[in-house]
Amino acid sequence: MGVKKPMNQLQTRYEYGGDEFVFVQLSEEMSLEANFKGMAITRELKQRELPGIVDICPANASYMVRVDPDVLHPEELIKELKDIEQKMADLDHITIASRLVDVPVLFEDPWTHEAVMRFRDRHQDPESTDLEYSARVNGYDSKEAFIEAITSAPFLVSMIGFVPGLPWCFQMVAREKQIEVPKYVRPRTFTPERTFGFGGAFAVIYPVQGAGGYQMYGIAPAPIYQKEQTLPDFRDSMVFPQQGDIFRYRSITREEYDQIRSEVENGTFVYRKKDFSFTPQEVLEDPDAFSEMVLRRLYHD
Amino acid sequence: MIKVIKPGLQTTVQDQGRIGLYEIGMPPSGAMDKFSYTVGNLLVGNQRNAAALEITYLGPVLQFGRKLRISITGGNIPPKINGQPVAMWETLEVQEGDTLSFDFVQSGARTYLAVEGGIDVPVVMNSRSTYTLIGIGGFQGRALAEGDELAVGDMHEKKVPVGTRIDPSLIPVFQKTHEIRVVVGLCSYRLTEESKAVFLESEWTVTPEANRIGYRHKGERLKFVERQQPFGAGSNPSNVTDLGYPIGSIQVPDGVEPIVLLHDAVTGGGYATIATVISADLNRMAQIKTNEKVKFVSVTLEEAIGARRNLRDQLMKIADAI
Repeated sequence: MGVKKPMNQLQTRYEYGGDEFVFVQLSEEMSLEANFKGMAITRELKQRELPGIVDICPANASYMVRVDPDVLHPEELIKELKDIEQKMADLDHITIASRLVDVPVLFEDPWTHEAVMRFRDRHQDPESTDLEYSARVNGYDSKEAFIEAITSAPFLVSMIGFVPGLPWCFQMVAREKQIEVPKYVRPRTFTPERTFGFGGAFAVIYPVQGAGGYQMYGIAPAPIYQKEQTLPDFRDSMVFPQQGDIFRYRSITREEYDQIRSEVENGTFVYRKKDFSFTPQEVLEDPDAFSEMVLRRLYHD
Repeated sequence: MIKVIKPGLQTTVQDQGRIGLYEIGMPPSGAMDKFSYTVGNLLVGNQRNAAALEITYLGPVLQFGRKLRISITGGNIPPKINGQPVAMWETLEVQEGDTLSFDFVQSGARTYLAVEGGIDVPVVMNSRSTYTLIGIGGFQGRALAEGDELAVGDMHEKKVPVGTRIDPSLIPVFQKTHEIRVVVGLCSYRLTEESKAVFLESEWTVTPEANRIGYRHKGERLKFVERQQPFGAGSNPSNVTDLGYPIGSIQVPDGVEPIVLLHDAVTGGGYATIATVISADLNRMAQIKTNEKVKFVSVTLEEAIGARRNLRDQLMKIADAI
């Protein structure tokens, strides 16, 4: 498939973030292997339960660790991290505990469309919608074909952050099929809550209303962040997504959108999901086969 | 009970912060000037993590429902009880019905009001700190408003005599120009050598965009090393593949106006970070006002850890004396 690349070709950079943070960049570019490697290292670090570690923040192609330097000197931490990295040099023995999740999205909905039109003056192409523009720059004939590309293969939740619950999602397809879009020329001051957006190589859902710079394609009926924690999926945490989850964005009709909205409002909505374990090799060796298997498991098994 | 007669510009409930939740995108929040906040708690005999009020620029007017020990520390926003000036950095006592108000800010930007027992609001993810962006923690997830009534908690561990003061040499002095120590690193490889030098040699002016989320600074434009942008990073030379942002980290979107991210900042994003303010100087950062001048001074990791130890020793000295 041409996507597999030995781990040792990734260039790791260890840096201090003041006296409390160590920042580790595994790769300058985004890739599934860099993300899997970061996931493997941070999960192992968590298991080692070193005294002095305050926070572990896995990211897309990097990760960050916060320490109490009086307990664990950042230099010592880096030694430990290098040790873990070496032990994880090949991802052969790594299994990632994950969840498959069906995430419904109403594309070209009235709410994000209103926002799209309101901020045309901040966009690369004021004459097109975000969806039309993105389809064109990625070489698709129509916005329908572009939506098909987004919804036909699942995404790996590669990082959570920016604001609580926002999932960065990277599509599990070969590099040549990956979608990449620029962000707005100047960020918007408004993005509707639950907007489904795309920026760089990442799809996201905005947990709350706010500023934003990603292209806007649609809206999710179900929340990914709920501070009241009344829905069953939020009982343990205000935040639904977890790094390592596999999301399938599914295009829905306005009718289904309204149906899910009413389930959310009366407190009965539950995401369709399955617990699932996989190895990075399965994905890297044949993303298409992996993707088919994932969709089968999620909807039929 | 404490009644809010006037809320002030932005008065929030804060403690040590909501630590350890970067993984879900939750910033730590918490008191911006932890030194002043901690001394405040010591002066009223509270446990270290008791919640206090963080007062910004313009103080509130508060009325106390019962006799209570309090202390006021941090930036000099001169406090008055029933219209009479009272001392900062000292254990005070208020009586039922007393009113606390403040004069215009003299120096610094943030003042802490600690009350015996701490401010009692619901604990959300191990912290009482307010995080207004999503409306959690603190008093109903927001800054105080007129008519709010705050309950007093029981995080009290020691009776401190009224009139207790700290050694004046340990009280920080807040000027209008600031040297803020940073450790250069993270993605500083993205800046040109020339721009790295400009960053450290410039005197930066703090813009009106200076709050709990971050401080933005005006000055010369910085340049990034030219490259073909890596896959996933975005098209601007200041973009990197989205990564985590340490508290105190400095980013320069499009090379314009360095932003120091603070306690309520976004936890990650796609801008190259070039340096991090050392933990000891985050306290000083909190006391900087719009239009004041900042110079970033590069220090080594060992110097940063040394500064942190000094601060801790000072706090121990203060705790011992009280």
